[in-house]
Parts: sequence; C-alpha cells; structure tokens
Amino acid sequence: MAVEVAEEIRATGTLAPTAAFLARRRWVDRTMRGLLAVAASLSIFVTLGIVWVLVSESLVFFRHVSLVEFLTDTEWTPLFANPRFGILPLLAGTVTVSAIALLVAIPCGTVLAIYLSEFASYRAREVIKPVLELLAGVPTVVFGYFALLVVTPTLRIFLPDISGFNMLSPGLVMGVMILPYVVSLSEDAMRAVPNSLREGAYALGYTRLQTGLRVVVPAAFSGITAAYLLGMARAVGETMVVAIAAGQNPKFTFNPLEGAATITAYIVQVSLGDVPHGSIGYQSIFAAGLVLFVFTLFFNLVGFILRRRFREVY
Amino acid sequence: MTAMDKARDGYTVTLGRAADPGSEFAARVKVEVEGLSFWYGGKQALFDVTMPIAERRVTALIGPSGCGKSTFLRCFNRMHDLYPGNRYAGRIVLHPDGIDIVSPKTDPMIPRLRIGMVFQKPNPFPKSIYENVAAGLRIRGIRDRALLDEQVEKSLRRAALWDEVKDRLDASAYDLSGGQQQRLCIARALAPEPEILLLDEPTSALDPIATAHIEELIDELRAEYTIVIVTHNMQQAARISQFTGFFHLGRLVEFGPTQQLFTRPRETMTQDYITGRFG
Ligand SMILES: Nc1ncnc2c1ncn2[C@@H]1O[C@H](COP(=O)(O)OP(=O)(O)OP(=O)(O)O)[C@@H](O)[C@H]1O
Ligand SMILES: [Mg+2]
Repeated sequence: MAVEVAEEIRATGTLAPTAAFLARRRWVDRTMRGLLAVAASLSIFVTLGIVWVLVSESLVFFRHVSLVEFLTDTEWTPLFANPRFGILPLLAGTVTVSAIALLVAIPCGTVLAIYLSEFASYRAREVIKPVLELLAGVPTVVFGYFALLVVTPTLRIFLPDISGFNMLSPGLVMGVMILPYVVSLSEDAMRAVPNSLREGAYALGYTRLQTGLRVVVPAAFSGITAAYLLGMARAVGETMVVAIAAGQNPKFTFNPLEGAATITAYIVQVSLGDVPHGSIGYQSIFAAGLVLFVFTLFFNLVGFILRRRFREVY
Repeated sequence: MTAMDKARDGYTVTLGRAADPGSEFAARVKVEVEGLSFWYGGKQALFDVTMPIAERRVTALIGPSGCGKSTFLRCFNRMHDLYPGNRYAGRIVLHPDGIDIVSPKTDPMIPRLRIGMVFQKPNPFPKSIYENVAAGLRIRGIRDRALLDEQVEKSLRRAALWDEVKDRLDASAYDLSGGQQQRLCIARALAPEPEILLLDEPTSALDPIATAHIEELIDELRAEYTIVIVTHNMQQAARISQFTGFFHLGRLVEFGPTQQLFTRPRETMTQDYITGRFG
C-alpha cells in the first residue's frame, strides 16, 4: 500500500488521493468485509446444523415418548425390555458431578489466579504455570482411572459407605482437571487489568490483597465469568472420567456417595454399544444431547447477562 | 539549589531572598529530600536530588518531558516498589516524625496512608462514583454512613464535580468523561484528607473552566495541605505555586521561590527553558 501511495504521489505530484486510489481502497475494504462475513456465517451455519440434527432426531424420539414422561419419569432404562425414558436420573448425575467439580475448580482456581497475577514473583509464576499446563495436557482417561483406582479407595478410608462407583470421586478429579482452564483464563483477565488501576489502589493505601479483591477482580469480572463458564461447559461435557469412575448406571439421586450416569456417559455408552440405528434406544441419545445443549445454552445466557451487567471499561 | 538562601530554625526553613518570617516564603519543611537517586533496573532516572518541600505551600515541578518529574513524585509514596528491580538511594524525610520514606525499613503503607496522589491519566476504579470517592475511607476502616456521605460530598464539591454527579452517585465511574474522571480521582485522593497531595499533571485532560476550578481548589487546599504538583504549563506553575523546582535529565537544576525562579533564574538552563528556548 505504501509503495502504491508513493507511486501515486510521484505520478500526480500531490498528496491528495486520486479517484483510482480511493476506488482501490474501497474495493479492498469491501472484499475483506465479505470474506469476514463468510467466515462468521460459516460458524453460525455449523452451529445451526448441529441444532437441526439434534432437534430433528429428537423429534423421532418424541414421537414415541411424551415430553411429560421424558421430563418427569425418574427411571432411565431405554435399552431394557420394558424401557423407561425419564431424563431426570441423567440430569441429576450431570448436575451433581459438575457441581462437585466446580466447587473444587472455582474457589481454588480463583485463589490461584489471584495469587499468580497479584502476589507471585516472576519466578514462582514461571514454575507454576507450566505445571498447570501439564495438568491440562493429561488425557482424560488417565484422570478417569486415577479417580477409580486411587481417589475412590482413598475416600473410602474417610467415608466407609462410599460405593466403588460414586460421583464424589470423579467430581473431585474433574475439578482438578478443569482447574488449569479456570486459572489460566481468570489470570489472563486479571493481568489484562491496567497497572494504572493497581497504582491508584496502592496510592490510596490498599494492601496487596485488598487491591486484588476490591479492584482487580471487579475490573476483570467479565473475563473471570467467562473462565467459570468455560470450566462449567467442560465439566458438563466431560465424559471419560465419569463414565469410568461413576459407573454407568442411571439413578435418580444427588447423593455424591452413590454411583450414577451422566448425560455424556450415557451417550458414549450407547454410541459404543451395538444399539441398532433408528431404534428408540438410538434416538434417545439425541434427546439426551438436546437436553445437554439447552443446559449449557442456559448457563451461557446467564453468563452473557452477568457480563452485560458488569461490563468492564478501563 | 546551591545558591539558595536557607536559614534553619529547627525544621523551619526560610526560603527566598527576603527572609521575612511573615512572608509566604517562610515555611516549615514538610519533607526533606536529601541526595535522592533512583534507578529503573539498571537505568538511573534521578541523580542526587536535594530539595525541601514546604509545609502548606504549593511546590511545582517543571521540566521537559522525560526529565524525571513523575519518577521523583512517585518516590514519595513508594509507587516504584510495585515493580521489581527498582532502587532508591538517599533519603526522603517526612516531618514532623522524621520517617525516611524510601528506607527499606519503612513500611511503604505508612507514606501511602499519609500521602495522596492524583495520576497523569485518570484511573477510577470499576465502582460507582460514590464508592470511588469513599474507597480511601473504607480502606481506613470508616463505615459510618453519615460520615462517608458527608466526606464524599465535601470531596466532590472541592474537586468541582458535585453539581455534575450529585444525581447519579450510583452510576459507574466509567460513565463520566475523561475530565470528569480526573476530577473524580482528585476527589478520591482528597477524601481521606492526606497530609500531602501529589499531583501529576492533574489538569492536562481538563478544559479551561475545570482547570480554573482545580487551580482555585489547590489554592484553597494550601491552607491545610502540602501540595506537590507536576505541570507542563508554566503559567500554571507561576499562578499557583510558591516554590518551583526545575528538573533536567534527572537532575534538579534549580529550586527556589516561584517568583524568583521565573523572573530572575540563577541558571541559564532555567532561563532557556522558561523562555521557551528548549524543551
Ligand atoms: N518504568 C520505567 N522503566 C524504565 N525507564 C523509565 C520508566 N519510567 C520512566 N522511565 C524513564 O525515566 C525517565 C523519566 O521519566 P518520567 O516519567 O519521570 O518523566 P516525566 O518528567 O514525568 O515526563 P513527562 O513530562 O513526559 O510525564 C525517562 O527517561 C523515562 O524514559
Ligand atoms: Mg510524567
């Protein structure tokens, strides 16, 4: 562009832009805008496509099962001779395991992020961050067997009543698993808070902790919410750990000491099994997937509203 | 600096040629800066600065961009401690107790709780207008709502912002314009009633009317506070300060009563700067 401008100037002997130059700029601008619009629509179409598959396949399922039964029945046994189709057991499993995971990841993650962004020396940060990234790189199967073979037996020492397959153990392990995401995203958000804000706080006599909690965290609020939401999405969507350590037996309970199945664990169980295409059992995974979709959509909406309410402008 | 008349009586110092004890140039010293040097990592930014800060007077710091005025000001509340590798040498003695502000043995919280600061760029907190002004009070443990209300209103009035925000104290500070944000930061610094107020070009983002308000305010505050102000505006320095220090390349070139420094500077470099021949 610079070369072109130089040529124009040489040709016309003036700095005033020529009509041809302006036309070219307009053309580039319009083309780029078009390309970006295509890229943006592509992602929307893919999402819409997924929703369409989920909804249309679920409609096949709901032709056989009433919505009322689906939402109120407390048994989920689609593959039995006498099938029952209540989503509540799977939903309860998902909610319980995710809640345990978030109870671990959100407080620990927030504290760790505040420590890393406001307290840690350069050197401490250089040690802790790679360790966390390593944690994020461990395959989820490994976490699953770790929950089943190490955490559950350990928990049994303190909680003798706990079943071999339970929701507490995968919940805790999943909390550790999503911790790196929560830490790393919240820390990024906090570090993006300009130093001028911190200086303002210190100059007023704030301590380090007060600066972190009363100035930096509120300033980074929207980024921190995004971190929590991503952590939650990962917890809800996580499959392996629960499938391995919680058993795959759908049961309507919120008791973390008992085993259960989650929506994703059920989906993977059916997909891997020999359930015939088009059967009601097969169709049921789309209905379950739709519930999962609505569930995460709801939380994303909540996050969106929260972020709008506490928007950050430095 | 070397040619300054300085008669000591305890920590009272009389600055200026006419050593008239009744004049506004006769003042007690609130802060004594003695041989202060400062390094940003390996880069030295201040060289052996020695100057007094007169109590209940306005001291202006002038000098070309990059000469170290902000660096100097930020030593007073140990702002440089926030970044690794920064180093001070020399002393900044805060009277009447004689604490050395930059001594590693001094808790930086002490100067920060006694000295308020307004920065070059407005930096309000992500809170409401009210909570921004109340922040310094809350940090000092004040919870009494009536006292907070009173102090917030008083500070906002002083910063010439009250009339513009009194109906929307709960609105976010970020809804204000840049100039209003700067006045909010002035109100925030005033609310805890610090002994010393450090102002780093507080009016560079303000229109002439707001600037005039702030200058009036500074003149009023002089009755109770010690003020150090960095300014690029020579007229402003002449209008509002009693003492002026001229910095160049990290050194204090000349310090003296404002009137004298602007009319009969001792150093040719000062002369050149104030007449606009460089900088
Ligand atoms: N964080 C830093 N690290 C290294 N050098 C710095 C840093 N901040 C400032 N300096 C340098 O120190 C010198 C003094 O800077 P300072 O900000 O104090 O100047 P100033 O007089 O306030 O200028 P201005 O009028 O433009 O605000 C400059 O040479 C600057 O480049
Ligand atoms: Mg400066």
